[in-house]
Order: sequence, then C-alpha cells, then structure tokens
Amino acid sequence: MCLAIPLEVEKIEGDFVLVKAGGILRRVNIQMLPDVKVGDFILVHAGFAIEKINPLKAKETLDLINEIH
Amino acid sequence: MRYIDEFRDKNLIRSLAQRINQVMPQQPINLMEVCGTHTMSFHRFGLKRLLPSHLRLVSGPGCPVCVSDENYIDKAVAYSKIKDVIIVTFADMLRVPGSRSSLEKQRARGSDVRIVYSAWDTLRIACDNPKKTVIFLSVGFETTAPTIALSLQEARRKNLKNLLFFSSLKLIPAAMDYLLKDKRLNIQGFLCPGHVSTIIGVKSYEFIPKKYGIACCIAGFEPLDIMQGIYVLLRQIRQDRPEVINQYMRLVKRQGNKKAQAVIKKAFKITDTKWRGIGCVPKSGLKLKNEFFRFDVEKVMPLKLRGELKDKRLKLCRCGDVLKGIIQPLECPLFAKSCKPQSPQGPCMVSSEGTCHAYYKYQ
Repeated sequence: MCLAIPLEVEKIEGDFVLVKAGGILRRVNIQMLPDVKVGDFILVHAGFAIEKINPLKAKETLDLINEIH
Repeated sequence: MRYIDEFRDKNLIRSLAQRINQVMPQQPINLMEVCGTHTMSFHRFGLKRLLPSHLRLVSGPGCPVCVSDENYIDKAVAYSKIKDVIIVTFADMLRVPGSRSSLEKQRARGSDVRIVYSAWDTLRIACDNPKKTVIFLSVGFETTAPTIALSLQEARRKNLKNLLFFSSLKLIPAAMDYLLKDKRLNIQGFLCPGHVSTIIGVKSYEFIPKKYGIACCIAGFEPLDIMQGIYVLLRQIRQDRPEVINQYMRLVKRQGNKKAQAVIKKAFKITDTKWRGIGCVPKSGLKLKNEFFRFDVEKVMPLKLRGELKDKRLKLCRCGDVLKGIIQPLECPLFAKSCKPQSPQGPCMVSSEGTCHAYYKYQ
C-alpha cells in the first residue's frame, strides 16, 4: 500500500492535478499539498498527493552516498 | 524514471554493502523494519545476500491489513450479508480470513463487495447507488488517514446520506512504543517507514532513542535508501549514539505534512485499539469524531457478534509473533505447509505486504 512513486505534475485543475503514470494521465487530489506547481514531482498515495520531492535534498542524499562510495 | 533510477545504482549499492560490512559490530544485530513495503523492497531487490550474516532484519507490524483485528473482519463480513449494502474496500482486505469467512468468500456468495484504489472513489459509488448503504472499510496508517479524512469531509460537504465509514486506522509510533515494552523483543535499531513519516515527521520518533536508547533511521524504499538506512543505523549502534536520522530527506520534513496532520485531527479522535496478534495498544487507533456520527457505521448500524468458535488451525497460526518480530515465518508450523499465498491461514500470508507472503514469494 505504500507503493507510491514520484510523478511529475503536468497540469493543475483546482483541487486536483494531472500526472502521467504508465502513459496515462491520472487525476490526483492535492488538498493536502496546495502549493504544487507544474513540473514538481509529487508522491501519490491512494489518489492523493502527500508530499513533493525536494530536488536539493535528493541531490544531497546522493552526494552523501557518493561520499561513502 | 527520475528519482527512482538514481536510487537503484548497482555500483553504489555494492559499495554501501561494503561499508555496511566494515561498520558492522562483532555481535549479532537485529534491526526492525516497521513497514511492509520495506520488507517487500528488501526481498524484491535481493539485498539480504549483500548483508553480513549476523545482521538480522526483523519485520514488524507495518501492514495495516495484517493487523486489523479479527473481530473487525467478522463485522465487515456481517455487514456484507445485509440487504442493500455495498462494502467498499482496498484490495488487500478481500482475502483476509476472519474467524469463519472472508469478504472474498462472501462476494462469491452474492454479497456486493467492491475494490477501490482511493477513499475518494467511495463518494462516486455512494452517489451512483442512492438506494444502497455504502460502507467503506477505512484501513491504513498515517499515510492513508488524511486521504480518508478528506473523503469524509467531502461526503459531509455533499451531504451524502448513504455513505458510512468503518475505521480500523492505526498509528505507528504508538505501536513501536508498545512493542518496545515487550522484554522478548531484542532489537537495536528501527528502520522507520518512509511514507508514514512524510505525514508525521521526524519528531514523532524522537521518544525512541530518548526513552529506550534505540537507534532510528527514516528510510525511503529504493535499494540505495534501504542500504543507506541500514548503514546509518549500524553506525549509530557502533558509536552508541542513538538518535533519529532522516535518510529520506527528499520527502520527509522534520515537522511532516502539517496540512495532513490538521486534516486528520479534524476528522478523527485517538483511541485504544486492538492490533491482531499483538493485543490492545493504547492510543494507537483513530475513530470518527462525534460530529461525524452520521457517517460512522459503528454508531448508525452497530453490530454485536455472537462468540464464534475458532478453527483449530487458526490456533496454530503464529502471525502475532511474526508481526512482533519475535519469530521468522519459517518458525511458524503452518508456513509453506497449510499456509501459502493461495491458501492463507493468517493475515501475514494474505497481504502482499505481509511478512510471510514476502518470504514465501522470494525465498
């Protein structure tokens, strides 16, 4: 049930956004995440956006791993 | 795919495995992965063989379907038998055995049981079937709770008269606290659930190192996330510096998602609740607030079930001990014999995130 993957916001329609998943456009509820913008990568769980990816933090994580490497 | 492929880099996975082997203490270490999805990812990506042999990953009660009380399933089954009722549920609840039956069996006998991917879909089902009573089995942890809260609020806004919610929502940190009080539990670190943490934040786990001296790391679900999470835990243990570290910082904030937390608080109140196989865990459940009573199936259509005799085989089921991380699936007498994915005896085998299901599938 936690199988959520980051999906890119294509269009905003009020309380919903459209994301592309597996070639299909899906409608996702953003009432928990009102500040999304087109181009953001959001984490979708059971039809709702629960958080958006912070690209700087993603890079920081990979940098830390590379340091260990 | 972005934000996925980078976290599956094979070279980096291997080098993290090396570092894990280097930092691993001499003595055996047990780490508990609370979340079912961590168990699945761990097996799916074959990470076990990369780890030291005296490092044991124990699966915890992080599968909301697995820990839904038998009585809850029995009531759902009873509701499904009532005329003009539509039961709406997430897919993995369908095959969970109650004391006598399951929703899947009831559906085969003519009950109207429907699967949804999102709680929001229940609104459409209720609107399309005004003469029926739609009962939604609200099962999940803190990741799912706000999605149900928002659906509930929308049901009220639309003034729906035929949609009821049956809550079995549960809270993870309360369960972790309860498990830690069991002296049989021998773990030195927790791999904390990534997506629950996006909602509740880092602060929710801080009592664990403070109160129990046990290391915590919030980790994502890609192989690199899990490996880095394990490395971080071992380093804390090696240095005897337990704290809560956030490996999943690209998605988890210290305070979590405040909007989601507010939405949960508006719809639900915290109660004591029974976890299947574990017992009654204080302040670990969510039930509908009194102001939503007309959407609460337990208020509108209360059920009292007669005591049912348990199937003899169910008595041998050791899901409880598996969920608490006290035994591995192989130690259960039913595992891979009478209990398999095609014929599950207990919740750990039924759910695709169940520990026994993962072990059976991948080992």
